[in-house]
Amino acid sequence: MEAILLQILNGLDKGGAYALIALGLSLVFGTLGVVNFAHGALFMLGAFVAVSVQELLTISMRVKDPSITFFDAYKEVPYLEVWWGDIGRAIIDYSVPISIVAAIPVMLLIGLAMERGLIRYFYKRDHADQILVTFGLAIVLQEIVKSFYGANPIPVAAPEAVATSVDVGAVFGMPGIVYPWWRLIYLLFSVVVIGLVFAFLQFTTFGMVVRAGMHDREMVSLLGINIERRFTIVFGIAAVVAGLAGTMYTPILSPDYHMGMDFLVLSFVVVVVGGMGSLPGAVAAGFLLGILQSFFSMNEIKSILPGIDQIIIYLVAVIILLVRPRGLMGKD
Amino acid sequence: MQTRIIIASTSLRDYLVLAIFSAVVLSAPLWAQAIGAGYPDLLQKFAIFGLFAIGYNLLFGLTGYLSFGHAAFLGVGSYATVWSFKLLSMNVIPAVLLSVAISAIFAVVIGFLSLRRTGIYFSILTLAFAQMSYNMAYSVLTPITNGETGLRVLRDDPRLIDTLLGIQVQGSPLADLFGLTLKGYAGFYFCAVMLILGFWVALRIFRSPYGMKLVAIKSNQTRMEYTGFNPRPYLLSVFVISGIYAGLAGSLMAIVDPLAGAERMQWTASGEVVLMTILGGVGTLLGPVIGAATIKYFENIFSAVNEQTLHQVFDFLPDWLNELMVTLTSPFVGDGWHLTLGVLFMVIIIFLPGGIIEGFRRIQALFQRKPGKAEEEA
Repeated sequence: MEAILLQILNGLDKGGAYALIALGLSLVFGTLGVVNFAHGALFMLGAFVAVSVQELLTISMRVKDPSITFFDAYKEVPYLEVWWGDIGRAIIDYSVPISIVAAIPVMLLIGLAMERGLIRYFYKRDHADQILVTFGLAIVLQEIVKSFYGANPIPVAAPEAVATSVDVGAVFGMPGIVYPWWRLIYLLFSVVVIGLVFAFLQFTTFGMVVRAGMHDREMVSLLGINIERRFTIVFGIAAVVAGLAGTMYTPILSPDYHMGMDFLVLSFVVVVVGGMGSLPGAVAAGFLLGILQSFFSMNEIKSILPGIDQIIIYLVAVIILLVRPRGLMGKD
Repeated sequence: MQTRIIIASTSLRDYLVLAIFSAVVLSAPLWAQAIGAGYPDLLQKFAIFGLFAIGYNLLFGLTGYLSFGHAAFLGVGSYATVWSFKLLSMNVIPAVLLSVAISAIFAVVIGFLSLRRTGIYFSILTLAFAQMSYNMAYSVLTPITNGETGLRVLRDDPRLIDTLLGIQVQGSPLADLFGLTLKGYAGFYFCAVMLILGFWVALRIFRSPYGMKLVAIKSNQTRMEYTGFNPRPYLLSVFVISGIYAGLAGSLMAIVDPLAGAERMQWTASGEVVLMTILGGVGTLLGPVIGAATIKYFENIFSAVNEQTLHQVFDFLPDWLNELMVTLTSPFVGDGWHLTLGVLFMVIIIFLPGGIIEGFRRIQALFQRKPGKAEEEA
């Protein structure tokens, strides 16, 4: 029982990442009608915002190491620590939460630039062209990151206070389910971000216009609303969501330049399973597939069906696409 | 990206095209010297990827179905060939036949399921199948694929046919064709013959009523159904044909270098063949071969360039400008070749969706306005 609960928890935080990426993908497809293969690259860029912030905060100077007295020894100490002592150390410790603040404007800018600079010329072209050009863009983005940060994964630490694990089970009267804090935070974070996006679309005038535009774009523009500009902003929001998903994911998985591609393929499967253009579908399918994946990586199941954990997502996708062509919640 | 199809029984012109194509391919060791590609490893790559792209183009170019999973067939073909080397014989004939058969079976299964959907759904389904094969090759199927190490041919493999015929392997086992070791240029010529055969089959398909039906699927599937044709059998058959081409290409890869690894099945490899087809010209006969050769050629050149070479290239500039140019261009060469590839990919899709072939046509059209100059250009 504990093992199953643990797997569900495991699946939920991975599912949170899938859901966030898939939400953006679905949003872009629903509004702009564009299949964005570069969305995984946005996730990766978000992760590298965290890396950059960490590097920026830990720019160091060489100071003499007082603990060694036999000879002159030097060690690297971050400027922040030199200037502000403990406060500086705390700032460095909290680099991931700080990078979220940085990631929002950065990702928004990247998203807007991408839409205005490239994607908008592809509204009228067919899906194959859109897939191909964004695939090319994804390669370019990841190679640029590679040329700056190298090919190896760069570890990013979670704040020390939450780097430990917590006994989640104790809350429910079932002690023994020990789980890392950060993964719980990630789960909570993804739920909050998803909630914010839905609330934004549901309760603001802007969101109302966007929803109307998703429904009937032509009608909305005939009413004298500049729907294209709204949609550009939606693209920016999708980029921010993907970027934040990446930023927060860094302590769980050390980012490298091709992490976006790995997540993109899965997220696309998630979107298709959920139903292309359906936002609740994307979120539900994200969590569902995340749970399924971790559930099937349990040793008990692997011993019956070896290797099933590697292919379960694709298998589910194939079955769903064949049985329900429009996905779980897609409109027919 | 329009496809021009002339329905006719094989005309004299086609034989001429084939003859010229064969002549160019077979004489490659001679003319490739001039562009610095005159060694067998690279020429083999031209031929193998040319074949792969021709096959891919039959599906994508004619029917417009964008498959993102063709690398799976490439990998399957490689594994089948290496297993044939291990179990049957070092002769390539059984190896090629086995690869073709097994990749065809794979293509039937994957095609049957994937072709129930169109558009983006089809792309995702093929991608899902390819990733599934890739992941399985790394995990469950390790006994068959040898996982990350890759499958190798060993000296003491059983090789039933060879043992029966009393053929002994001397030194490290190499693929052969009835005693002729397919290494270096011999390997290239074997690939070249396969490429020419593949080209000929593709040419026949392009010119046939069958090819016409495939184009009908691309232009309007509903209308095709109304005229009384069921597109499914056409789609499935062309999917299998193109899967066989990929399997054959994979087999050739394993023949010139008896080794098979799962990374050949990764979806970036599928992306590469899409890129080759597009770069050359989707839906054209020659485009995919040109695209494949171009990419492999520049990959070879760009990967070899390093900063020192760049310094030499920009030697004529003043020092500070030299430094600047080297800093600007160095991310694009060496390990950064993929960056160049990505940029090239985007530029082609954005500005020249018809690829190099369309580029030729545009240049030709430019000159044809002034009669008399057209011949020079053609």
